[in-house]
Amino acid sequence: MTPSEDPALVRVLAADGSLAHTAAAEPYLPIIEALSDADLERFYRDMAVIRAFDQQATNLQRQGQLALWPPSFGQEAAQVGSARAARPQDHLFPSYREHVVARIRGVDMLDIIRVMRGLTHGGWNPFDPKNGNTHLYTLVLGAQTLHATGLAMSMAFDGRCGTGDPERDEAVIVYYGDGASSQGDVHEAMVFAASYRTPEVFFLQNNQWAISVPVSTQSRTPLYRRGEGIGIPSIQVDGNDVLASYAVSRVALDEARAGEGPRAIEAMTYRMGAHTTSDDPTKYRTAEEEQSWALRDPIERMRLFLRGRGASDAFFADVEAEGRALADDVRVRTVALETLQTAQIFDNVYASPHPLVDEERAWLARYEASFEEGAS
Amino acid sequence: MTDAAAPAPITLPISRALNAGMRRAMEESDRVLLMGEDIGRLGGVFRVTEGLQADFGERRVIDTPLAESAIVGTAIGLAMGGFRPVCEIQFDGFVFPAFDQITAQLAKLTYRHEGALQLPVVIRIPYGGHIGAVEHHQESPETYFTHTPGLRVVSPSTANDAYWMMQQAIASPDPVIFLEPKSRYWVKGEVDVAAPALPLHASRIVRRGTDVTLVAHGAMVATALQAAALAESEGTSVEVIDLRSLSPVDYGPILDSVRRTGRMVYAQEAPGFVSLGSEISATVMERAFYSLEAPVLRVSGFNTPFPPAKLEGVYLPDADRILEAVDRALAY
Ligand SMILES: Cc1ncc(C[n+]2csc(CCOP(=O)(O)OP(=O)(O)O)c2C)c(N)n1
Repeated sequence: MTPSEDPALVRVLAADGSLAHTAAAEPYLPIIEALSDADLERFYRDMAVIRAFDQQATNLQRQGQLALWPPSFGQEAAQVGSARAARPQDHLFPSYREHVVARIRGVDMLDIIRVMRGLTHGGWNPFDPKNGNTHLYTLVLGAQTLHATGLAMSMAFDGRCGTGDPERDEAVIVYYGDGASSQGDVHEAMVFAASYRTPEVFFLQNNQWAISVPVSTQSRTPLYRRGEGIGIPSIQVDGNDVLASYAVSRVALDEARAGEGPRAIEAMTYRMGAHTTSDDPTKYRTAEEEQSWALRDPIERMRLFLRGRGASDAFFADVEAEGRALADDVRVRTVALETLQTAQIFDNVYASPHPLVDEERAWLARYEASFEEGAS
Repeated sequence: MTDAAAPAPITLPISRALNAGMRRAMEESDRVLLMGEDIGRLGGVFRVTEGLQADFGERRVIDTPLAESAIVGTAIGLAMGGFRPVCEIQFDGFVFPAFDQITAQLAKLTYRHEGALQLPVVIRIPYGGHIGAVEHHQESPETYFTHTPGLRVVSPSTANDAYWMMQQAIASPDPVIFLEPKSRYWVKGEVDVAAPALPLHASRIVRRGTDVTLVAHGAMVATALQAAALAESEGTSVEVIDLRSLSPVDYGPILDSVRRTGRMVYAQEAPGFVSLGSEISATVMERAFYSLEAPVLRVSGFNTPFPPAKLEGVYLPDADRILEAVDRALAY
């Protein structure tokens, strides 16, 4: 399942780390040329550090510390490029494996760990400025695309986009997968977005597989072309090329923010590991396929590129140390995570008092107390 | 004398019994086909359909695109075309994108066609808690379906029932919501492949007792049996009934039992407000009022969303919580 390449694909960085852009990448070159060394190193650091974290989280699941882990292994470039293209005032709607997107926006990785440990259904407050307008993970596939569209509608209705002030204009970026793209919700979200010209970017990470089902079962056309049919200008990018991912996201978000309506991006990438820690990909895909994609690893590609530009050993050592530090920190803090109070079951079911919930809360307290009395 | 030709009972985990039931139905009719996400090569995330695609091919065991509304909606059309589709919904919490197709379409089309159309569609849903999973992976949506006229709703709790009820559901001319208690998939039991013990819509006494009638469905049947064993050690005799069919409900064995014991408790994982427990308790009070020595009591999940996994042990009724209700019933 190595997809034949669409001539419309935007790529600037070849798998060997050399700059070799496709024809479709031409308009994006100025954006990439304007990036500083610090920007480029930032991209690499983001990707490499999250991979270390991801590996640690996978290990923690294997050791029974987490109920489940959805690895982002292999998809780092699409995520970093798009998240770095967003401005502080933008809102981001992840699905459930956009760990580095959340990190870039400020979410503490422990907040994601707590979801996967079974301590919470949410984990962080998107409206707290420290979380960078990152919304909660959504496990029902595609549901978040409608929420994102609604929020983007609110921006359009309130005149919070298209004012001509890019420091203030807002946009939304929503993430979903190739499998999720088959859901009615996603199509309905796109129809509303097009109808109401929302400031919104639909960011599809085509990682080739929806658990065991290949993308060819979801779509007979390249997925980015679906947006066109609904009236949303759409583009396909090499999602393992962080520079191209950044550039196309940057343009799409800028256009959306400027009031030009929604945009869609299909990032061609690959889920290099299992779907989640419950999954066994050897049941449905070949080692050859996995190897062919391993040769296009997004981090290795960027490493070679930076090397070619003279990045120092000290830089790479520092990134490695930062990854290790994050992984160690996450391990220590995960194992030390709090337990829950049973009464938390009843918290926040409703925003205002509810007699049935109050009654059950009181019943549970009495019931638990009866055991304590019995024990003493 | 036993019939020498009758196959001997075999022991299977519930997941394999379901698989064997589907296999037999597929062998008997080439109009039976399976559809769902990841059910082919992977054999489903719980491996319930494992091996069936290899044996019956990709047109009879269909790995569908990822769209629940489409899975159920196209199953309706396939049934119109004379097929008998068996749809798998991957997890309970993901049935809702198909809710319109199930409750507003599938359930009503025979009625709207004034009987000119039958829709033999089975929708399999692994449901319920006790697997420590993340959100949307352990819910109990049975009430939504039992509330909808036009649907039949069943839930086997043993391997034998899994094997036979699956075949009976596929043979049903009506749509059947087939709820599989997922925490029990790996529990083994004896399967009598010669003949079904009971029809699809019968309830069954699974343990005899004289003091209290305890009724449950799905995974809660096992918890009820646990509670009954504990009660026995304390000198209380609990009769346990496995509902098996959630809609229609077979009240016969329940009412008979209540007339003998005079007391009843209903145990379920789902929230209690407007639930199977509510319905059955109301009916028992209507039909066996003069036999009752105590009000029918309900033990259920709390009336909250299913909590994060670390709290499911508190949320889901355990044997202690059932016994607390049994004691209350006895205290009247
Ligand atoms: C509505 C719904 N149906 C089924 C599932 C179970 N499920 C979780 S992830 C997944 C595959 C998703 O594939 P894709 O959208 O390509 O995203 P990826 O996981 O590959 O990033 C499935 C079937 C779900 N979460 N939601």
